[in-house]
Amino acid sequence: MDLFFFVVFAVFAVGCGISVVVQTHPISSALSLVGVMGSLAVLYLLLGAEFIAMAQVIVYAGAVMVLFIFVIMLLNSGGETHPGRSMTVKLLGVPALSGLFIVIAYIFATNFRDSARVHFGSFTEGTARSIGRAIFGTYLLPFEFTSILILVAILGAVVLARKELD
Amino acid sequence: MLQGGGVPLSWYLILSAILFSLGIAGFLLRKNIITVFMSIELMLNAVNLSFVTFSYKFQQVNGHIFAFFVMVVAAAEAAVGLAIILTVYKNRNSLDIDDVSEMKN
Repeated sequence: MDLFFFVVFAVFAVGCGISVVVQTHPISSALSLVGVMGSLAVLYLLLGAEFIAMAQVIVYAGAVMVLFIFVIMLLNSGGETHPGRSMTVKLLGVPALSGLFIVIAYIFATNFRDSARVHFGSFTEGTARSIGRAIFGTYLLPFEFTSILILVAILGAVVLARKELD
Repeated sequence: MLQGGGVPLSWYLILSAILFSLGIAGFLLRKNIITVFMSIELMLNAVNLSFVTFSYKFQQVNGHIFAFFVMVVAAAEAAVGLAIILTVYKNRNSLDIDDVSEMKN
């Protein structure tokens, strides 16, 4: 059953990921990206990360993607008029990228071949309780710094997006 | 390879590698600035999957914390990045990244 859910949502994630890259219209890419994020949330649940799965749905698929779609509709941007990069990128970039992927996949496949298999329910530390203990204990200082980061981001967004004063 | 139930851990990591490579491909091949930005989000999601998978492997919660911080940084980055995109569009009426090339020469 684990395998079934993994295969279904992994295939869905990869299909939507290809769609993000291939679609020429940004709104199609954005909706495909929502599909990737939703299926990744299911995979997080299979890995026992229930808090991260919920945060993925709320923060990423909810807030961030709504912001993206809002900006796409605000700018009313159409598809790309003259898509495609130069020949150098096409001739060198795709083989180099495939090489990078093969190297990463080889490292993962050889180094983690003998590790334990993933069973749903065998890792129960991903609850909000244990995450809260870690965040407000060991990682309290980084957590407080993220509040400063978000404050700076809010100020930056306001300053950048306001109307010109002149 | 499939006896014993469950999913091999490396499959999750390879899925993460696939999504990361797709993100790089979108970053390099697309011309629309919003699609380029979404490719960055795709790469961040792939890294998050790796973090959560390693957290499962080592039976520790630390990977989840890192994934959480990545989400916070991605949300802040999306807010600032989209504001920058709005400003670029206001100034040049175009979303093509090839139109923004003052620093080239």
